[in-house]
Amino acid sequence: MQGILGRKIGMTRVFDAEGHQLPVTVIEIGPCVVVQVKTKAVDGYEAIKVGFREQKESRVTGALRGEFKKAGVAPQRLLREFALDAGDSFKAGDTLTEAVLNGFEYVDVTGIGKGRGFQGVVKRFQMSGGPMTHGGHSKRRIGSIGCRSYPGRVHKGKRMPGHMGNVVVTQKNLRVVQLRADDHLLLVQGAIPGAAGGVVAIHKAKMAEKVKAKAT
Amino acid sequence: MIAKALARIHSENTRKDPLPAFAIGDTVKVSVKIREGAKERLQAYEGIVIARDGHAATETFTVRRLSHGVGVERVFPLQSPNLAKLEVESSGHTRRAKLYYLRDRTGKRAKLRNKARAIGAKVLVPGSAPEAAAPTDKA
Repeated sequence: MQGILGRKIGMTRVFDAEGHQLPVTVIEIGPCVVVQVKTKAVDGYEAIKVGFREQKESRVTGALRGEFKKAGVAPQRLLREFALDAGDSFKAGDTLTEAVLNGFEYVDVTGIGKGRGFQGVVKRFQMSGGPMTHGGHSKRRIGSIGCRSYPGRVHKGKRMPGHMGNVVVTQKNLRVVQLRADDHLLLVQGAIPGAAGGVVAIHKAKMAEKVKAKAT
Repeated sequence: MIAKALARIHSENTRKDPLPAFAIGDTVKVSVKIREGAKERLQAYEGIVIARDGHAATETFTVRRLSHGVGVERVFPLQSPNLAKLEVESSGHTRRAKLYYLRDRTGKRAKLRNKARAIGAKVLVPGSAPEAAAPTDKA
């Protein structure tokens, strides 16, 4: 099992064995349920479809209601697929807990980053803007957006003001500080995307795994 | 759920042997555990507490001192297991919670009045009787 869903609780600090203080993000893990097992024969690849956070039956569409009924589980708010490790065997209706993260040293955490609304280029793309003083009239403006009659148009992909944030962000290679079975909490070192209370997906860190495989 | 989970983690990351109470403006002597290889020794650091920040397991305090004429400030996590000991040497009279103004002062002006001798001071200094101390100061 390559990952699981959880909810961001917030950040705090903890002390390690040497007494160093570490900045950590607390994530509440699961519980999740297996809604469907995808197999090579039927779907062309192997994975499990995982549901997170129960939902009132009247709030789910008819198609999903049928899917949950078939799996024999309560309606879920959120569905995500996770790849399987060799030797994993799950069946629909299984409950997943933080135990799937056992042995993970580093994780990638994916969530929806905080929305910033409509923002100018200084905040959105770290442009330097114009002078604030000496009669500066383009304090936080974008400045020139292109050339003259050649090419006679603005280049595609020109960075301009617009909506910022509220997109899916993955924070990679976060070290697992603690995995607490009694209260289903995961502590990772550093920050993760999104606001407290937001749903995040926790995966085994791809890069860290690669490095480990190379070393052995 | 969110508050409870964080409160649990905070309570696990607080000292089992809390440091003695101290306040802004106190001159304190902090003994810090220092690890050199396998050996462990204590290093003392003495100065004025000029700020306290944060809460629960994230609380820190800032100690300012002059070292060879240069101002040095160290921020200690209040709940750190590496703080072996904290002794309050004396208490200064203050009217604010953050003493950042001391950074701009040197010499005698960078000193705080002793709390026990400050006019109208109500707070007691360890070892002195508050009732006896207050009236004599006013007179």
